[in-house]
Amino acid sequence: MIGTIRKLGRWGLGGFERLGRGHIFLFHVLMGIPSVIVRFGLLVQQMLSVGVLSLLIIVVSGLFVGMVLGLQGYNTLVDFGAEQSLGVVVALSLVRELGPVVASLLFAGRAGSALTAEIGLMKSTEQLSGMEMMAVDPVKRVIAPRFLAGFISLPLLATIFSAVGVIGGYFVGVGLLGVDDGAFWSQMQAKVDFSEDIMNGVIKSIVFGFVVTWIAVFEGYDCIPTSEGVSRATTRTVVHSALAILSLDFVLTALMFGNI
Amino acid sequence: MSSNSDSNDVLVRIRDLHFSRGDRKIFNGVDLDIHRGKVTAIMGPSGTGKTTLLKLIGGQLKPDQGSIQVNGLEVPRLKLSKLYELRKRIGMLFQSGALLTDINVFDNVAFPIREHTNMPPAMVRDMVLMKLESVGLRNARDLMPSELSGGMARRVALARAIALDPMMILYDEPFTGQDPISMGVLVQLIRLLNDALGLTSVVVSHDVQETATIADDIYVLSEGKVVGHGTPQQLAETDSDWVKQFMQGLADGPVPFHYPGTQYADDLLAGSEQGGVA
Repeated sequence: MIGTIRKLGRWGLGGFERLGRGHIFLFHVLMGIPSVIVRFGLLVQQMLSVGVLSLLIIVVSGLFVGMVLGLQGYNTLVDFGAEQSLGVVVALSLVRELGPVVASLLFAGRAGSALTAEIGLMKSTEQLSGMEMMAVDPVKRVIAPRFLAGFISLPLLATIFSAVGVIGGYFVGVGLLGVDDGAFWSQMQAKVDFSEDIMNGVIKSIVFGFVVTWIAVFEGYDCIPTSEGVSRATTRTVVHSALAILSLDFVLTALMFGNI
Repeated sequence: MSSNSDSNDVLVRIRDLHFSRGDRKIFNGVDLDIHRGKVTAIMGPSGTGKTTLLKLIGGQLKPDQGSIQVNGLEVPRLKLSKLYELRKRIGMLFQSGALLTDINVFDNVAFPIREHTNMPPAMVRDMVLMKLESVGLRNARDLMPSELSGGMARRVALARAIALDPMMILYDEPFTGQDPISMGVLVQLIRLLNDALGLTSVVVSHDVQETATIADDIYVLSEGKVVGHGTPQQLAETDSDWVKQFMQGLADGPVPFHYPGTQYADDLLAGSEQGGVA
């Protein structure tokens, strides 16, 4: 019994210690951001690998999610004779929720895990230590550009996801199921509010981008420098990111749309 | 040990060094001096904290107690900016080479130059080629680290370590896992670069023969203390059983062949007694 309590206590203390380390690490990363802005090339390089190379999965997934929304939305709306509102349903679902959330989940799986594995392997092969001994701060040189690239890329990717999703919904709704073209777009234009819907979605993706990239770079930097350690850190990135995205999504939705 | 040495001659002065990892004591009152212009070897069996000592000298770890002075500066008390200034004057060769795997040999050697100087590209190119020439790999400049053998990777790392013309180079197990040719090349390079560039070299190794051929001064560490110190010749003629066992690679001695525990006879008798009961 005492042993279990002791284990629980050790686990809890370990968790808090890690949380503290994560925040101190974030502080150092944020302090390194000005040096990234000065060396813009580093940021562009990382935006290519973190953002541009994630485009394929984002575009394809966005298209299919939009197409499924078109199908499901039509089948429900047609019972009420409201199939002309399909454009609104597809667009609101995407810009408010699915765009930021699904794009962030995909980003965590594709780019977040890659960031953790890359940084973790750099640590286990002493590349980060080597930089320190060459008087180069690895947090400024390696971590900060990756953090900033992820933070900037995710909102852009989420926006692309939503835009492609709307096109997917249009293909299915207008192209296949016969919803009126004009009604699809005009109702969407009338009912989707820029600040209420689109900007709130963008704010969500900015928050998710911050949290997911923070988790990814911290897990890589803090991992045990062995193959098993890197593997565990990569798994933790995906799991913690998914939990953080979904829980934060609830909090943000409640604040934005819940009249709380 | 160092009482008669001129203090200006000493680049690294370590006094009463204590360092622990968890409950395990790695150093328990180590004193050592590393002299300018010399190749000093730190030797000892695996797990004695040789690499840890290099990390303490480079300021990557902080001691629990004691003093580590490099070029007159107390390393554990230096602010990060001062520590980085000092590190620009120290090169380190990691056991793995620690080359950046996403850039080629040329860019690896150019890395510290580009990070710390504003030299024009043409000058960086010339400097990198000079460093690569000195380790014999000028024509390998376009290769990626994954295309290099272990020995070549260490030579590239060595070229990178001397890129900023440091005052001292720390070598972490430079000979481990090398074939005889690569080992011979590295042994020669360490001595040659030390003398040609007027460096101070600290070689951490447990390869006794290779290290003894190039070292001016050897410290032997064991169980957190310096157990032997002197020139290779002095250590070869030592009276210490422990140092003798280490330097000659004897299987049994103060470090026993058998893992400590119960006596062999007692173990066998205990087994037969158990058998009888059953």
